[in-house]
Amino acid sequence: MCDTCGCGDPAVVPVDVHDKILAGNDRTAAHNREHFRERQVVAINLMGSPGAGKTAILEATSGLLAGRQRLGALAGDLATDNDANRLQAAGIAAKSITTGSACHLDAAMVHRGLHDFPWRELDYLFIENVGNLVCPAVYDLGQEVNVVALSVTEGIDKPLKYPVMFLKADLVLITKIDLLPHLPEIRVDAIADALGRVMPRPAFLPVSARTGAGMDRWIDWLARVPWPRPAVAAEAHAGHHR
Amino acid sequence: MHEYSIVEALLARVDEEARARGATAVYRLTVRIGELSGVEIDLLTAAYATFRDRTICANADLEVQPVPAAWACPECGGAIARGAMLRCADCGVPARLTEGDEILLERIEMEVP
Repeated sequence: MCDTCGCGDPAVVPVDVHDKILAGNDRTAAHNREHFRERQVVAINLMGSPGAGKTAILEATSGLLAGRQRLGALAGDLATDNDANRLQAAGIAAKSITTGSACHLDAAMVHRGLHDFPWRELDYLFIENVGNLVCPAVYDLGQEVNVVALSVTEGIDKPLKYPVMFLKADLVLITKIDLLPHLPEIRVDAIADALGRVMPRPAFLPVSARTGAGMDRWIDWLARVPWPRPAVAAEAHAGHHR
Repeated sequence: MHEYSIVEALLARVDEEARARGATAVYRLTVRIGELSGVEIDLLTAAYATFRDRTICANADLEVQPVPAAWACPECGGAIARGAMLRCADCGVPARLTEGDEILLERIEMEVP
């Protein structure tokens, strides 16, 4: 009741919330992350435009790590299972997350995707996000690192046009460098300059999944991703259930 | 167009707060949206206008406070100019985003009987 004037009207109360609108997604992502760390699975959120070469990179990665590391992938796809089928054919345990009209994966979709999927047996779980340079950057999935694929055919100013995606990246793979001889206007140093204006710690590797150029450095980078620490993760998880 | 899913999360959160306080109506929401949050304010307000129907926010105004991006040196505190390399020219260390990535629900004005 309004107790200022005694009129009997209901009171309008301002409630200060100061909370992230996506706090619910962040909680689910934290839960995913605890599970990944507990099982020492390195989860990698692979993002990029449609056609940037995300699936091709994973196919080539599988060829290089076959027999040494166990790879798996959850492939976000609007309407088809094509990516997951390609990855399976390349020897990667893969499953589609068909998003329908959703332009990105969120933490709950990834959590559901883990059901009936042997993710616990993996060394690396790649989460191939929906091809899109905007929306996927906003949602934490529980990954250890974000990797963005940017193909040389996309031009040199994509980082400046889509700064949020690159701001969130731990590594940018500049893909399809085998095409550079056909693209005289595209210089890798110009892409690097653009990255330096949107990433405080710019990290990028020029690669070609087709010729294998630069792929050894990508494999080295993967090996250097800090391995999830189970002791810390177990402690955090215990806290979660207290 | 992930702004629709942002609005969905916003409406769910407001509904939760309103129920917890037994509110009968919501008059106004205030949100803060950073320039580098990945959320387009125009798309957010359009999505809100569509999705608020038949929710407790049906008649609630949405006030959006835009937050410009600000980068600074974590060592000397010096500001980094817009569009510049994100590294302090004096200290040589990577810049830190001090503001501009927020997607926050700040305040709800609700009617409580």
